[in-house]
Amino acid sequence: MSLSVKHLLGIKELNVTDIEQIFQTADKFKQVLQRQTKKVPTLRDITVANIFFENSTRTRLSFELAEKRLGADVVNFSASGSSVSKGETLIDTVNNILAMKVDMVVMRHSASGAPWFLANHIDASIINAGDGINEHPTQALLDAYSMREKIGDLKGKHITILGDIMHSRVALSNIYCLNKLGAKVTVAGPPTLIPKHIESLGVRVEYNIKKALEWCDVANVLRIQLERQHKPLFSTLREYALYYGVNKQMLDSLQKDIVIMHPGPINRGVEINSDVADSKQSIILDQVENGVAIRMAVIYLLSGKRELE
Amino acid sequence: MKTLLNKEQLNITLQRLAHQLVENHLSLKNTAIIGIQPRGILLSDRIAGLVKKITGNKHIDYGTLDITFYRDDVQSRNIHIPADTNIPFTIEGKQVILVDDVLYTGRTIRSAMDALLDFGRPEKVELLTLIDRRFSRELPIQPDYIGHTVDTILTQRVIVYWKEKDGKDEVVLIDKV
Repeated sequence: MSLSVKHLLGIKELNVTDIEQIFQTADKFKQVLQRQTKKVPTLRDITVANIFFENSTRTRLSFELAEKRLGADVVNFSASGSSVSKGETLIDTVNNILAMKVDMVVMRHSASGAPWFLANHIDASIINAGDGINEHPTQALLDAYSMREKIGDLKGKHITILGDIMHSRVALSNIYCLNKLGAKVTVAGPPTLIPKHIESLGVRVEYNIKKALEWCDVANVLRIQLERQHKPLFSTLREYALYYGVNKQMLDSLQKDIVIMHPGPINRGVEINSDVADSKQSIILDQVENGVAIRMAVIYLLSGKRELE
Repeated sequence: MKTLLNKEQLNITLQRLAHQLVENHLSLKNTAIIGIQPRGILLSDRIAGLVKKITGNKHIDYGTLDITFYRDDVQSRNIHIPADTNIPFTIEGKQVILVDDVLYTGRTIRSAMDALLDFGRPEKVELLTLIDRRFSRELPIQPDYIGHTVDTILTQRVIVYWKEKDGKDEVVLIDKV
């Protein structure tokens, strides 16, 4: 048994069996993480390179912990302070890292599609840790895993993804993943932050936040990605917070208790208020906890593909 | 295909193993039985049940151990989906009896010992196996309780069938094609 893919580039390429297999394996790693000895020797013969061309706190730490707890050797690379600034190309950089006998590459890159490009040129397995505004597969997996842990099987469940859909790789990966698992998805936010024709992915669009929240079982609130917005898409952050921010008062006015998620980093007081982020309804820190188990599962399941070709 | 143990023989063997275990551990106050996933737990379920009956204990420390993450065949990289590990008690200072259905190369037991030690430091670890495929060991591991010993060659396989899982109680030796 192993995944149908050699790399984890995007959720788009996974099938339902792959996702179920990742969840099932993550369950077991979660058990391991709750023991006193949180480490297993499974990948003691493997070296993983974490190559980050973009900033990251959670994802990078989470991957590194996952790798170390699988017993793998880890090397870290970040673009700042590297030879990238001297003009080295992506393929050269990665090939040089692979020449040091690295078996697997975890990469984050600001260019959408960068991991696919790399996969065509190198032999090692690649895990996409976020590419531009395209996909962030492990985030979507840990989101769906956390949802399932909280509300059970996602088939027929209502999930709202809220905020900066346009610039969010988390949104796209979430949509693919939730669709595959049979959930119903609504994207909500200001019209300028929702891509045209997004309905073609099989999601509903809602511009009224209250209605979108009223409809859902789980709301995944996304960060406003100012660093990717090169032209003004709403007037001020205060205005955004006023019309599209999630606050306690709004949640209390709903008919039911919905689950609140956020992939981080949080802009408190913008897309989400502290009284929501830190409330009982929020599972933001569970997401972070599950992230390590999910990434261990992905790395473990991909490690088997190496010799098969 | 050759039958090594039929239903009646298997039953008697299980009774004997359980009695031997109780003989050495009496009330099982400081003893834990741990079955190795996936097939070992079918045997350990039976043994644990019999031990309870013999001792009259309502509760004994009984768990299951999955060794997937501790395997040593990393080079071939066959990916296995792990089963449940469930050890709801501390093994620190306990006498632990590992249970598996067939002992062959000893590699599974090596992995199991590594996995077990990540849960604590037992006072002692023993091994109970239903079938001992003698002379085929690749590691210096010997069982403390043996149901039945067979001499086999590499191309043969021993399969233990259990009523709960396979619909019958039987141990057979087959020649691989």
